[in-house]
Amino acid sequence: MNLPWKSYRLRIETRADNPGWMGIVSSILGVVLALVVGGFVLRAAGATDPIGTYREIFKEGFGTLQDWQAGIHALLTNTDCPKGSLCFGPISDTLVKASPILLTGLACILAFRMKLWNIGADGQMFMGAWAATGVAIFLLPKNTDRTVMLATMALAGLIAGFIYGAIPGLLKAWLNINEIIITLMLNYVAYKWLEYFIVVGPWSLGDFESTGRFATSATWPRLTEYSKSIPILAGLTAHPGIFLGIIAASMLAWIIYRSRWGYEIRVIGDNPKAARYAGINLARNIFLVMGISGALAGLAGMNEVAALRELTGRFQRGYGFTGVIVAWLARLNPLAAIFVAILFGGLLVGTQLIQPQGIASMLQGVILFVVVGTELLFRYRFRLEKITSSVVTSASEPSNVN
Amino acid sequence: MSTNALIALAATIIFGALVSGTPLLFATLGEILSERAGVMNLGIEGMMLVGAMGGFAVWFHTGNTFVGLLVGMIFGGLLALLHAFITISLRADQVVSGLAVTFLGTGLSSILGAPYVGKAVPQPIPLTVPLLDRIELQQLIMIVVGLVLAPAIWYYLNRTRPGLNLRSVGEYPSAADSLGINVYRTRYMYVIFGGLMSGLGGAAMSLVADPGWVDGKTSGLGWIAVGLVIFASWDPLRGLWVSYFFGLLRRLPLDLQNPALPFISTANNPQLGRIMDMLPYLATIFILILGSREAMRKRIGAPAALGTPYIRGERGL
Repeated sequence: MNLPWKSYRLRIETRADNPGWMGIVSSILGVVLALVVGGFVLRAAGATDPIGTYREIFKEGFGTLQDWQAGIHALLTNTDCPKGSLCFGPISDTLVKASPILLTGLACILAFRMKLWNIGADGQMFMGAWAATGVAIFLLPKNTDRTVMLATMALAGLIAGFIYGAIPGLLKAWLNINEIIITLMLNYVAYKWLEYFIVVGPWSLGDFESTGRFATSATWPRLTEYSKSIPILAGLTAHPGIFLGIIAASMLAWIIYRSRWGYEIRVIGDNPKAARYAGINLARNIFLVMGISGALAGLAGMNEVAALRELTGRFQRGYGFTGVIVAWLARLNPLAAIFVAILFGGLLVGTQLIQPQGIASMLQGVILFVVVGTELLFRYRFRLEKITSSVVTSASEPSNVN
Repeated sequence: MSTNALIALAATIIFGALVSGTPLLFATLGEILSERAGVMNLGIEGMMLVGAMGGFAVWFHTGNTFVGLLVGMIFGGLLALLHAFITISLRADQVVSGLAVTFLGTGLSSILGAPYVGKAVPQPIPLTVPLLDRIELQQLIMIVVGLVLAPAIWYYLNRTRPGLNLRSVGEYPSAADSLGINVYRTRYMYVIFGGLMSGLGGAAMSLVADPGWVDGKTSGLGWIAVGLVIFASWDPLRGLWVSYFFGLLRRLPLDLQNPALPFISTANNPQLGRIMDMLPYLATIFILILGSREAMRKRIGAPAALGTPYIRGERGL
């Protein structure tokens, strides 16, 4: 029988070039497809209007056009935000969420560049938060200068994260132990570690499961503090943490694309054997990359406690995992990660109030699937071709034909 | 404490270990076969979660535990099918795809399972035999199934023709291909089998071992299973022992909640309980460190082709 589709075959050829636009296309495709699939799941879960749900998420996360207009108008006329409008509230909340996501995303980008699977940014972030809290509450007096206090907290977060990330790095470098499992297990150890201190241990305030409010010097300055002179800022919790992330992203971009060390990292990631022959010290780089990756995540933890202004037993898990997806969606580009992190910040803010819970996690999963699934568009070229006698003979010998 | 009380405590702890270790065993056995065929699936946590949620939901509506377990298996298998398609057909990175399975499974189970949180649980059928009365009939059956399954899978893997094919696909896929073994089909089969087993593990958890559904029910058990596969050196029989050992560690803080115990009672000392909660995770790390020394000495390692997609006709493994 001569069926029309039988006379064609799919040829998969290895691509020689890597068109840059495909990365953006596949990332956008990932988000769109995730929304479509997510819509069906929401329908299955009983939501009558998935598109309405998405609109709600977007509104909560980024605000409507009217919100922005009202906000800009109030800013120019130096008045309060008109009643019934959210003004800059949504974007402010989103930026607050985006800063830890950006930092954990950068942590993942650095490690993934070297094909080190640091899935433990969550635990490293917890340890960073723990160390920063220790500085804020026990190490420095309450009346310490705000800049000194915040800088010391950041340093503590960086160091704690570095150590916590370097442990799996050392185990990988010395004993070749799978870093995925170790970083994951260390996540749970960090959760329990924090629980121990906050819930039953030495730092808890009895039944409150909290360290209590930090001194003002140990908290990020928020926009709302300036609402006396600029009334529109009242109630806005946005803080400089996002700039910390943007600075870190720029530095990381410079390291990866411009520095000698970044070149080494990329060579190791692409071809460890070639790197070894070129005299690159693998063990040292594994240790350093895992440590610095952990330090970035630790900084995210410091950023988060300085924003929350206390450490509680409900310190949120999962930023480290969101960082994994941010890293992939940004195609391991630190500067692209800034935009992806803000997008995900909006997603998290938007889904906070929406039932059912778990929609953010599901959307993230689908996005990751599509991004990784379309990866092969980069590596292979797909071609439908008509089977002629010459093609049949060439296909009968083993070539890369599926 | 009297001798009888000690025996009773020992029985409680041992049965606790068997009951909480068996779901872990199911997931570990499935992952062992999947990895022996050359495909790593880091999505166990997600597959267990959808299995646990699906199984519980079906039980809730039908009242039939068996159907619940079956549906839980299918849910896990479907997620694994997705992983198989992405990694085997689309040749994508197994690590990232596995993570995506976990995210998706966590999210799906959370969304679809929302109506079932904290709902009434299957009625246990008590056993009236002395010592055995610590567990229920369903739990006893589950333990026996696990005890039979592990050696059966070991036999299948090491002593049968399909088992040999499976191993060859994981060690040297192009050689297997040249012998007429369909590498893609074999890998698909065992990845899906791994998903079915993870789903079974999840459903066994929410229906038998620790009945009920809450968000994030497995609390990292799936990730522990990934670690156990490595520690068990991809051997189903070793998987049996290490699963029970981890079941023991997980249950210990609960089993020691007896205020009559000297020193180690977690009821009198909540701080100790919190520290003991870390044990399964710390032990996994410790065990991997030990295992790496042993692996270096004995030259046992992962299946040679683990993690690499097979591309017909291309050079390499």
